[in-house]
Amino acid sequence: MDIFLQQIINGLTLGSVYAVVALGYTMVYGIIQLINFAHGELVMIGAMVAFSVIGALAGTQLPPVLIVLAGILVAVPVCMAVGYTMERIAYRPLRGAPRLAPLITAIGISIILQHVALLVWSRNPLAFPQIIPLVSFNVGGAIITGVQIAIILTSLLMMVGLTLMVYRTKLGIAMRATSQNPQVAGLMGIDIDRIIAFTFIVGAGLAAVAGVMVGTYYGIAHYSMGSLLGMKAFSAAVLGGIGNLAGAMLGGILLGVVEALGAGYIGDLTNNVFGSNYQDVFAFLMLIAVLVFRPSGLLGERVGDRA
Amino acid sequence: MNLLELTRLEVAYGGIKAVRGINLKVPEGELVCLIGTNGAGKTTTLKAIAGLLPVAADAIRYEGAPIGGARSFELVRRGLALVPEGRGVFGQLTVAENLAMGAYVRSDAAAVSSDLERVFSLFPRLAERRGQSAGTLSGGEQQMLAIGRALMSRPKLLLLDEPSMGLAPLMVQKIFETILAVAKDGVTILLVEQNARLALEVSSHGYVMETGLITLSGPARELLTDPKVRAAYLGEAD
Repeated sequence: MDIFLQQIINGLTLGSVYAVVALGYTMVYGIIQLINFAHGELVMIGAMVAFSVIGALAGTQLPPVLIVLAGILVAVPVCMAVGYTMERIAYRPLRGAPRLAPLITAIGISIILQHVALLVWSRNPLAFPQIIPLVSFNVGGAIITGVQIAIILTSLLMMVGLTLMVYRTKLGIAMRATSQNPQVAGLMGIDIDRIIAFTFIVGAGLAAVAGVMVGTYYGIAHYSMGSLLGMKAFSAAVLGGIGNLAGAMLGGILLGVVEALGAGYIGDLTNNVFGSNYQDVFAFLMLIAVLVFRPSGLLGERVGDRA
Repeated sequence: MNLLELTRLEVAYGGIKAVRGINLKVPEGELVCLIGTNGAGKTTTLKAIAGLLPVAADAIRYEGAPIGGARSFELVRRGLALVPEGRGVFGQLTVAENLAMGAYVRSDAAAVSSDLERVFSLFPRLAERRGQSAGTLSGGEQQMLAIGRALMSRPKLLLLDEPSMGLAPLMVQKIFETILAVAKDGVTILLVEQNARLALEVSSHGYVMETGLITLSGPARELLTDPKVRAAYLGEAD
């Protein structure tokens, strides 16, 4: 088996999930310069809600694809509602406040959402029911599963869709205008409160799908899964240059690939002193390395005077 | 009929009253200017009219209705457009995207594209650069874009804040020719300017503002010959 190719495939899978989550961080940052630390929790809620639906439907004779689709179709609106609500009641009242206030609030929201999830779903992880038949293909000595293909394609589709929306539609142009100068955007007749709420809703929708994907990939979902995933996706957004859509996608995929390669080779490199459970270290090592040499991220500009 | 009427308008900026009870009228179809030195409160007045600063509702009447304190995005729908001081173009959007944002509130696509042609005929330079990002334009071109963008909302009342600021004389000339052309199209204009002579020459009526108060007003032609105005704003000794 070709380890290198295998780890690239695994990395692309995880990386595309990171990319989708990172887009949520970067969009919100781009529009109100807030790092929404509760974004990872939206991924978790997406996974938990979808798993509950999928678990309930697992006994039926419905085709597995439809069951997963049903999970997504319930998870997306739930996450959108949560994302909208957090913006409306927690961040909007702090619009004019010093930047630290919404940031601390975001951490608070993150803790609250985790505990709500703990109350709703308990401490025990939800397992993904064995409904999807294992399909796999051999590519040049490595194995790619049907789930991996589905994750990569779904992520790609969402990334392309989001990019088209932001760069080709009137609403997307209004989002970019608001992010550059909210006051002048208001003078154009743009209701910036609606644009900001919309940004949160779109980010939450992406997070929900990402939650279903990562949950399906690992076969498990639990109330605290959002923290580490969120931190990594946030790192990916910073890596690519926060506020920059292409940067978030690039950063996410890069992070996934580096992490997977690291996990695959760390044993060989360190004579088995460190095992693949150290894979999380790579994400943050790479983040530190990039920020030392390029503080604004790979594709970012002017982050210094914004942050 | 007065399209815009300010009655004892007061605007406070964090405890400091920048505008201390002014009265001003802009009759429909006319070009009125508000002149005065730096810091007199002219920009503050325009910002208050455009809904960017909180004021008493009754202090500003537009089409007869009180609009003081209304939010800026709602006023755009009612035909009020502000070209802000310093132009405020979206530097990272293209010229075409900036103009599209000017028409954000409109859904009549056919009329929007004919207005776009009108803007391009007023400012052929913008047509040449429609795909370029606005941040790469010269100051004069950015001012053209800011005015063109405001026109894209098809305003009834156009508020212009210092359109000549920082521009070369030839460009100022061009901008003012356009302002006159727009006025001739029937758009009512309230023009704020430090360049008092130019402003009074194109206006029908003028107001002079000093430290938050209107100190003088009248037909622009009379102000141009008023000894006080000549001494203080036109740089001429009596």
